Amino acid sequence: MTVSLLIFLPVIAAVLVLFFKNSAAKHAALFFSLAELVLAGVFLSKFIPNASTQFIIVAPWIPKFGIYFNAGIDGISMIMVLLSAILVPLIILTTYRHEYKNANAFYALILFMQAGMLVVFTALDGFLFYVGWEAALIPIYFICSLWGGQNRIKITIKFFLYTFSGSLVMLVAIIYLYLQTPERTYDLANFYHLHLTISQQTWVFWAFFLAFAIKMPLFPFHTWQPDTYTEAPSAGTMMLSGIMLKMGIYGVIRWLIPLVPQGYNQWWSVAIVLSIIGIIYASIIAFKQKDGKRLVAYSSIAHVGLIAAGIFAWSYFGVQGAMIQMLSHGINVVGMFFIWDIISSRLNTRQISELGGIAKVAPKFAIAFLIITLGTVALPLTNGFIGEFLLLSGIFQVNMMLAIFSGLTMILGAVYMLRMYKSVMQGETNALTAVFADISGSEQLVLGIICVLIIVIGVYPQPILHISDAAVKQLVEQTIMKFYQAKP
Amino acid sequence: MITLIIISTLPILLLYLGLYKAQNSLLPVTLLGLLVALGFTVAAYTRADVATPIYSGMMLFNNFSVVFSVVTIISTILIVLLSGGYFEKISSHVAEYYAIILFSLAGIIIMVSFYNLVMLFIGIEIMSVSLYILAGIKKTDFASNEAALKYFLMGAFSTGFLLFGIALVYGSSGSFSLEAIRNWVISQPNHVDPMFYAGILLIIVGLCFKVGAAPFHFWTPDVYDGSPTLITAFMSTVAKTAAFAAFLRLFSECFQPVSDFWVPVLLVITIITLFIGNLTALYQHSFKRMLAFSSISHAGYMLFAIVALGASSVNSVFVYATAYSIASIISFGGLILVSQQSGNDNFESFNGLGKKNPFLALVITVAMLSLAGIPLTAGFMGKFFMFSGALLQFHLVMVLLAVVNAIISIFYYFRVIIAMYFRDAERDELVVPVYYKLVLGLAAIATILIGVDPGLITGLI
Repeated sequence: MTVSLLIFLPVIAAVLVLFFKNSAAKHAALFFSLAELVLAGVFLSKFIPNASTQFIIVAPWIPKFGIYFNAGIDGISMIMVLLSAILVPLIILTTYRHEYKNANAFYALILFMQAGMLVVFTALDGFLFYVGWEAALIPIYFICSLWGGQNRIKITIKFFLYTFSGSLVMLVAIIYLYLQTPERTYDLANFYHLHLTISQQTWVFWAFFLAFAIKMPLFPFHTWQPDTYTEAPSAGTMMLSGIMLKMGIYGVIRWLIPLVPQGYNQWWSVAIVLSIIGIIYASIIAFKQKDGKRLVAYSSIAHVGLIAAGIFAWSYFGVQGAMIQMLSHGINVVGMFFIWDIISSRLNTRQISELGGIAKVAPKFAIAFLIITLGTVALPLTNGFIGEFLLLSGIFQVNMMLAIFSGLTMILGAVYMLRMYKSVMQGETNALTAVFADISGSEQLVLGIICVLIIVIGVYPQPILHISDAAVKQLVEQTIMKFYQAKP
Repeated sequence: MITLIIISTLPILLLYLGLYKAQNSLLPVTLLGLLVALGFTVAAYTRADVATPIYSGMMLFNNFSVVFSVVTIISTILIVLLSGGYFEKISSHVAEYYAIILFSLAGIIIMVSFYNLVMLFIGIEIMSVSLYILAGIKKTDFASNEAALKYFLMGAFSTGFLLFGIALVYGSSGSFSLEAIRNWVISQPNHVDPMFYAGILLIIVGLCFKVGAAPFHFWTPDVYDGSPTLITAFMSTVAKTAAFAAFLRLFSECFQPVSDFWVPVLLVITIITLFIGNLTALYQHSFKRMLAFSSISHAGYMLFAIVALGASSVNSVFVYATAYSIASIISFGGLILVSQQSGNDNFESFNGLGKKNPFLALVITVAMLSLAGIPLTAGFMGKFFMFSGALLQFHLVMVLLAVVNAIISIFYYFRVIIAMYFRDAERDELVVPVYYKLVLGLAAIATILIGVDPGLITGLI
């Protein structure tokens, strides 16, 4: 059993979904994404949580140029696989109330995008990684610009150009690394063993950093993000924020830092400071937002900034925290965007000031919204807490001041999130919100699952931490060993 | 060498068919002849690549020649397939049209298999003279006449440069034979005659004109725009591929030992070409002119292989030229259909195509993605090999500049996609003839196949 099963099931599913018409397409897409989830469950059950890479597939692709279809799953990849396997069916379920035009194409693109992201999360070959990276980008571009809002054309091309620029520079760096390997191969293990000089490492570091920082996004490469999140259709926003931005974070863990440890050692402080500026900057802007979806978009920049800061601190705690926080953030942000999707599809507005008192007319909705809000602000016993706690303790080990500034994300986050909750849900109902219908059917199911996940992971995170434990420990230690084996 | 003989005699047969008013048999006979020629070309392919020069060292038909002949012949077949019905509408001299295209192809076969500078010159002239006529084949159309005249004047001028360069190279080395020139260069380790360098520079000017590289590109937009669209497709794919093959063979066989001298020159030309092509393409309102300018920038990418001359250069040019030719044929084919309906070739003519003609919009999208170099299309593989080759020769800055250009090109290629899918317009469904469906569909499938598994064609040379 190899990882190729996991990768190619969504590809085949995407092609098959094209043959279904209208609402049959969404059932088919849900079916296939659940099949993928079951398959991921099978992989998880056979997975041995040690530091080794499992379910490896190595097939020649363009062997003449050292390119192989080389992919496998270790503890770090396993979390990412789980993340996308859990979220995609949930996201498809959130669209059950929408009637998209050309629904078959819509769902086919989502499934194809999932395949691209799975390639990124499991690739052990530089070329394959790059192809997966781009293969995930094309579908989301079309999802956003075909089914998006008013200004979609301008905004999505900006998004595309941003990410495409970053990834092309990364491609040049990957080719550069390939040319440094004695046996001319794109194999990741060989890349790890390269001995580059500091100046080589520096430029490779920044080339990869650019691609990953744009994808996450980190300050100051974030300007595409709020617009794109706002204009994209809800499912597209969820795919982007729930799974796709994790490609950037995963890239830092698997590629950036282990590939050029000394380049990292030289420049980590710049990277971590950029992350922390992003946290504070995005939090302040989130505070000022009037549009709920935009507020969530900015809060996502802040949360991702914290994850990035934890990783750039590069300690066992920080990286473990990043792993679990990626999963938690994915779940929470999908929940948050779904909340806003429900509000805007019922009331045709996302202006926070026009809302109020929804809790009175929709109690179930209020409870779900509350739990998701608490998860997002990292209250203890919710999933957000575990991750942010580990991340902050990772940063603390490096520098106390940095940890204090990063910690602001929790305080500021609590302020703007709870304020948003208060003005949307509490207070007096007005003419608009008085007719708000409580959630039912598929909405109830999705929000229920999300709330259960938030609490279960918050109370008992051990099984998830255990999956990535050994792999993270090994990767972090091996990389730290290389920090000081400098070549002049 | 049967390929060349078939392709040279076929047009004579066609002219006779035209004389006896057998209009309906022209297309089938052309296709049949080209397929037979293709068969013989493929049969000349040898695993070991042990061909020796023939005709007293005038030509060398090795695997290099085979693969480039195959690409050009297949592209010609696709273009000829698309021309069914197209030329009857714009000209009464249909037989001449087929015949001249084939004469041009004969010149191209010589260009990809020359082993002597005289043959290079003859090949280029056979191709060019045919193209001058083809550009003006719409006799009553003003733009077509302008294109032909411009192309002829500028082309004749550049041929002069080429010939002068060849003369200087001959004057210093004493031979036209590639092998002899190479041996002569190697035998002069310390001091090569300055006349020889002057010859190389003039040859570069002549060849850069033929491939449409800046600053010798001024003819391209007007000629591409004014010529009938299918002729533009032929010029920008088949003729360009052949010119690059000739360029590559000449420089890798003869001038590689003195590459220190000409690489900086070509480096500058390459970068100027990339920027001029891309930046001007940004400002075009006409799809056809956009393709003309983008073809300049693609010439820039292909020049990479010659600047970074190495073992993988042939492969890079081959993959790039194949990807580019296929995608261009789709674009021009789509343009013919769209402009027949709307009467012009502006971007706006594509508005709303996605709704009415999903198939046509899809294949054009594939072509645009390939031209822009997005992974899982053939165009990406072409760019990937070019970048790899250039990085191997330590041209890091040049590659980064090329990356900037690749990003710029997204703007204008995506404009087409945006027009087709995201802009609405009142339009009727286009009638796509069956052979268009066949050609465009096959080309799109080939683009994806090469993008997913480039091993299909990279193993050939």
